[in-house]
Amino acid sequence: MELPNMEYMMRRRCDSADQEKNELTQTPLLKIWVPWLGMGCCKPNRRRGSSVPQFTNSPTLIVMVGLPARGKTYISKKLTRYLNWIGVPTKVFNLGQYRREVQSYKSFEFFRPDNEEAMQIRKACASNALKDVVIYFSKEHGQVAVFDATNTTRERRVSIVSFAKEKGYKVFFVESICDDPDIIAQNIADVKVSSPDYLNCDKEEALADFLKRIECYKQTYVPLDDEKDRYLVNCVRDHIQSRIVYYLMNIHVTPRSIYLSRHGESNMNLLGRIGGDSGLSPRGHKYATALGTFIKSQHIKDLKVWTSHMKRTIQTAEHLGIPYEQWKALNEIDAGVCEEMTYEEIQDNHPEEFALRDQDKYRYRYPKGESYEDLVHRLEPVIMELERQENVLVVCHQAVMRCLLAYLLDKTSDELPYLKCPLHTALKLTPVAYGCKVEHVFLNIEAVNTHRERPGNVDVSRDPEEALKTIPDHF
Amino acid sequence: MELPNMEYMMRRRCDSAASVPQFTNSPTLIVMVGLPARGKTYISKKLTRYLNWIGVPTKVFNLGQYRREVQSYKSFEFFRPDNEEAMQIRKACASNALKDVVIYFSKEHGQVAVFDATNTTRERRVSIVSFAKEKGYKVFFVESICDDPDIIAQNIADVKVSSPDYLNCDKEEALADFLKRIECYKQTYVPLDDEKDRRLSYIKIFNVGSRYLVNCVRDHIQSRIVYYLMNIHVTPRSIYLSRHGESNMNLLGRIGGDSGLSPRGHKYATALGTFIKSQHIKDLKVWTSHMKRTIQTAEHLGIPYEQWKALNEIDAGVCEEMTYEEIQDNHPEEFALRDQDKYRYRYPKGESYEDLVHRLEPVIMELERQENVLVVCHQAVMRCLLAYLLDKTSDELPYLKCPLHTALKLTPVAYGCKVEHVFLNIEAVNTHRERPGNVDVSRDPEEALKTIPDHF
Repeated sequence: MELPNMEYMMRRRCDSADQEKNELTQTPLLKIWVPWLGMGCCKPNRRRGSSVPQFTNSPTLIVMVGLPARGKTYISKKLTRYLNWIGVPTKVFNLGQYRREVQSYKSFEFFRPDNEEAMQIRKACASNALKDVVIYFSKEHGQVAVFDATNTTRERRVSIVSFAKEKGYKVFFVESICDDPDIIAQNIADVKVSSPDYLNCDKEEALADFLKRIECYKQTYVPLDDEKDRYLVNCVRDHIQSRIVYYLMNIHVTPRSIYLSRHGESNMNLLGRIGGDSGLSPRGHKYATALGTFIKSQHIKDLKVWTSHMKRTIQTAEHLGIPYEQWKALNEIDAGVCEEMTYEEIQDNHPEEFALRDQDKYRYRYPKGESYEDLVHRLEPVIMELERQENVLVVCHQAVMRCLLAYLLDKTSDELPYLKCPLHTALKLTPVAYGCKVEHVFLNIEAVNTHRERPGNVDVSRDPEEALKTIPDHF
Repeated sequence: MELPNMEYMMRRRCDSAASVPQFTNSPTLIVMVGLPARGKTYISKKLTRYLNWIGVPTKVFNLGQYRREVQSYKSFEFFRPDNEEAMQIRKACASNALKDVVIYFSKEHGQVAVFDATNTTRERRVSIVSFAKEKGYKVFFVESICDDPDIIAQNIADVKVSSPDYLNCDKEEALADFLKRIECYKQTYVPLDDEKDRRLSYIKIFNVGSRYLVNCVRDHIQSRIVYYLMNIHVTPRSIYLSRHGESNMNLLGRIGGDSGLSPRGHKYATALGTFIKSQHIKDLKVWTSHMKRTIQTAEHLGIPYEQWKALNEIDAGVCEEMTYEEIQDNHPEEFALRDQDKYRYRYPKGESYEDLVHRLEPVIMELERQENVLVVCHQAVMRCLLAYLLDKTSDELPYLKCPLHTALKLTPVAYGCKVEHVFLNIEAVNTHRERPGNVDVSRDPEEALKTIPDHF
């Protein structure tokens, strides 16, 4: 956690509301109460100030296990995206990439169990990947590493376990078992024939070679367990493993689309005011009707519609003529003392806060309000349910939509608060291969812009004009 | 969900949506499976308590209780597979239990029923599945498999020898008979089969949670159930709950805010530290909220603590930092509405107890995973946690007594929780307001303020 610089800390008066000797002070950015250790004395590592306790102590090494085309990379990437979004720094180490760097692919013969030369290369690659895992944990503040490889022999897994034990890492295996030829064929068609290994092959050649590749692995494959078509969970040792299991049990691959939209333009939007609980403007109502027409034109099967508890999203959903469910968790970010203010008023009344927010928009918490980081944690059950569901339309708010979009499109916490989510534009997200296809649909109803870019000068000492340089126009 | 009467509805804008959508459409029948003394009743009760707390109406139907009503227990012979007469009685009991499940779902707004019986034969399970299919209920099996003789012996000692079945027996007799009872079941026990039952939804729990097999989770509630079951454990431990020390706001009779401790509050924090040390607790985890008063309290303990935003006090919205007198002055209607339904009432721009429960759910889940924990929190928050741990209804929850300067020590025992109240002998104001007699919006101010506690 970055703490504001020392100079700033010393200039800020400590919270002197209480009569008696004040023992705590509130960190300016995160609004976390920490022991005040006297002027000029600040221990950056004293407290971690996120919304939820940090549950991982020893780093965790997730080890994928399974034959090729069983979804290991899909699971690795998706799980990594989820863990990063909830604030657990995670990274994938894909053995195929290491291999491609040292050896350009010729054919399945590379993977024959009796190919001694190739075996040496493969072992060296695995060793390099694990070396990078060590660097990630010890020098890059990583907490979870996902080792994406087949790891199909007992021998390989035993060596990984002793490597981890020696380093003090926890190990959690995720084995994907599948014997349904249709699913496997689909996987191969989706991601294998277009892999860098088959750049210069036609589809049939690639398919034939890949199937022989799978056969090479099958000869030496020893599963962790030989059950089929279910989840076998062994010895879940800590919080993060339990969350991983819960997540993996909730995701599915049934084709579907997720639609995201903000509420129609609201009266507060027109006035350039943030937060509040106002109703739609006339243009906002027009948008809601247009959204209804668009949705009908999509002929979506069994669409679920979700809104927040705020008037503007509910008014928008009302125009759709479809039953909707309200989630309090989808409410807009709470701006605390800045609720219902314009940016000019925030600059007038709380210039320091305004600057702090520009310094670290993701972690900054409004006084008596929330941060984007808080928002992510409150949205986690929504994400979990979004994973379980199929076709869903979420009618929400700017900051909320940024958080959901960051999860779906794997954006970092730096990018998240600046993602563009304009009014009157619906997003259609369709999972494809390892990611998500996005279609923007502007429904041709004008609206104010509510997007404020990060200004050049984020220093607390800046002039008002510098602070207000990037605010969008309003009435 | 109970809706208030029409008159009240018309006066109040409709704000009856719960914090989260209601996820269950068809009711769900959870069917326990396993030999005696495998923890089925323990799991049934705990799961039911959790589901009710998160707002899913759930009830246990324990077959043993149905049997005890029609037949007083003599010996294990009742359970011999060749005892035709007893078999008829047992089938009739199962049938009655399922009839009651139908009533619970169709007339009592139940959403989940837990059928707590051995259900160890395929034949019995097949008949339950077709019963459920005919009624349109979903079925989820929870099988507990255990072959560790120590665990089984412990279970028998904890809850079996003291069961109503063995009221007039001494411990050794009871134990010997019960072991023979288990043998009767073993003869016909067929566990859920990985091949034959691959279309059923179930979780198999091996040896108290060292391993799980989860098959065909079909919907949200089943997924939540699996998550919960994978997080609970039976390792002995204690949970300590305490509010922050008395705060300056408390002294002034004001609610909410983010003030620091009063001098007496600081004294309590020190006393709490001394008490905790005297308990010699192994690997104690300490949790606080993000508010100054809980953190100041924890600072005195000299132990590392973690801050949870989810443990923050209920947000009183526009009423933050007011006294009850000021709330009555400024928002008399809101004040009355709150007294009418304190659990569901949401402060304008604030929260309700119901909202609080949902925000505390991850805390509860982590509390289940952990062992010895001290939670330093706030009055409304502590009421919610206590209601979960002691299985209190949503009616009782907002009126649970959680006085300042009193630590609670909760220790799981048998099917419930033992509670010890420890008042640490530092005086503090009372912050507990009972429900007044008159909750009508038209009441006089005196009637509204009758039950408010004293303050400076």
